[in-house]
Amino acid sequence: MTSIVQDPGAVTDGAVLKSDAGMLREVLTERKTAVVGLCIIAFFVLLAVVAPILAPYPTDARTCPVFAAPSASHWLGCDDGGIDLLSEIMVGGGISLIIGFTATLVSMVIGGGFGILSGYFGGWMDIGLMRIADYLLVIPDLAFAMVIADVWGPSLPHVIIVIGVLEWAATARMIRAQVKSVKERVYVKRARSIGASNSRIVFRHVLPQVGPLLIANTVLTVAVSIYLETALAFLGLEDPSAITWGTILQHAFGRAAISAGAWWAIIPDGLAVSALIVGCFLLGQAIEDALNPRLRVAHLSFRHWKLRPVVTRRLDAA
Amino acid sequence: MRGSDYVIKRIGFALSTIFIAITVNFFLFRVLPGSAITDLSRVPNATPQLRHALTAEFGLDRPKLLQYFIYLKELAHGNMGVSYISQQPVSSELLRAVQNTIPMVTVGTVAAIVLGVATGIVSAWRRNSMLDHASTNIAVLFYAFPTQFLGLMLLLLFGGVLPASGMRNPFVFGAQSLWTQAQDVAVHMILPSLTLCLTLYGEYALIMRSSMLETLGEDYVLTARAKGLSNRKIIVRHAARNALLPIVTIVAISLGWIVGGAILIEFIFTWPGIGWTMWQAVNQRDYPMLQGGFLLLAVSVVLLNLIADFAYFRLDPRITE
Repeated sequence: MTSIVQDPGAVTDGAVLKSDAGMLREVLTERKTAVVGLCIIAFFVLLAVVAPILAPYPTDARTCPVFAAPSASHWLGCDDGGIDLLSEIMVGGGISLIIGFTATLVSMVIGGGFGILSGYFGGWMDIGLMRIADYLLVIPDLAFAMVIADVWGPSLPHVIIVIGVLEWAATARMIRAQVKSVKERVYVKRARSIGASNSRIVFRHVLPQVGPLLIANTVLTVAVSIYLETALAFLGLEDPSAITWGTILQHAFGRAAISAGAWWAIIPDGLAVSALIVGCFLLGQAIEDALNPRLRVAHLSFRHWKLRPVVTRRLDAA
Repeated sequence: MRGSDYVIKRIGFALSTIFIAITVNFFLFRVLPGSAITDLSRVPNATPQLRHALTAEFGLDRPKLLQYFIYLKELAHGNMGVSYISQQPVSSELLRAVQNTIPMVTVGTVAAIVLGVATGIVSAWRRNSMLDHASTNIAVLFYAFPTQFLGLMLLLLFGGVLPASGMRNPFVFGAQSLWTQAQDVAVHMILPSLTLCLTLYGEYALIMRSSMLETLGEDYVLTARAKGLSNRKIIVRHAARNALLPIVTIVAISLGWIVGGAILIEFIFTWPGIGWTMWQAVNQRDYPMLQGGFLLLAVSVVLLNLIADFAYFRLDPRITE
């Protein structure tokens, strides 16, 4: 679907790509949103790490009445089983993050690998792989995930594989376009002419150039994975005994938190998911924007045009 | 590449994608491990006649490869088997469900496009102003809200005021005039469509904003400004029109998301459309229904993508170059 998929090759055309670390440092120092995004992600990762120690109550025992409102002892109230919601969100966040990161890793390995193979070698492999990628890009993710999760049965590893296998296509497309443009550059041809092997060219010369875009893509894929995880869980297609951000919402909806007026079973959990997605989005978008020089110019005047004296007033006075 | 070549290429692409979708569908349900339970003839409580008829129709006692060709043939005739639950043909059940989905999804999507494009243009126009920051932040927030969370929040807010489930009030249906019935459906549609609109609008607004910013850097905008046109004229006549092109693309790309969102929304609001039907099929192990629903969604998304391609071609013939 060449017309549909944006060609990232065009985006970076003309811009000299810096090395990974240098580029990321620049993005983090120049763009406030990138720092905010990174901080949000770091916060949730940290929260997940300390959750087993810091969670105020156990997540498998009743510690308060059903749907008890937030109070001094239970900051975020209790769910339908009398379990403390703050503890559930802390512990569930960890599992959601593991699902999101692992699924992203799966999709990066498949997408990165296929993208490089197809962009670097071309030919029949390229056509075949990209046809599959196009199919996956067009197909409705959630419907496909529903079908697979249902045929295989609900469990966490299945959810990870389903998300990973569904999400690699966009990465592969992007990497392929980038590889195709990089491999035609003079220094790559020069490296080839002095006898560099394919793998050396790919790992030494092509991958570092693709790095920043791949990182932006990874961060954005984490957001998509967590989104899909919560959606699948909400539809009851995840291990029902697991505590994740998705199943917390599912339990709240399925067991009538709304008619009980228990907003605390819904809002904090949903906000946690949204905050993490915002974090990933801000960081990923900041990197992508930094790679797109076309966003820097605008010819529209922001103020109404006024004639001004060429010399400034202070100089006049002097 | 000439225009007609482009059209033929796109049609060929759509057809091959549909073919892949059909094949994947067959393999998912009949060949992969765990698919023995998906035997089309295992309709619970079915009469032996129905079972025999289905086995004969789909050649279920034949080798898998032959079954595949029989599946293609039956599909070409619109035969997708019989629902395990209602024992009605899957195709007629799906048709009914789709008729309920289309209005709800169309209203939500169109509203999202209008809202997204309008806020995107204003944001880019007033770049880096308070208005831009506020609008962009709100768009990012709505973009990040999971669909189901947004639906639940709207339920919490308006659950008592607006109808929260179903498509019709059972006491209105049938007895009253057509106008009253239409009003009833429209009121039931507000929350589902609003949820869809709000989940989609954020993305459209962000894309429209960056597309406008890119367009505003083009030379023809500089020329327009040099001619002394007002900002409003530059925006409306020169920038916005060109900036709208990516919106066509992004709507096409997000069709899969729209469908996914629609499934979640129909589940929350018990809207009797295709998403609700599929969720019920999952819940009741109604495999023929699930298989049919998935195929229908896949094919419609491919066809809608094709339409978007043609629209894009109409709007921007440069694409063939």
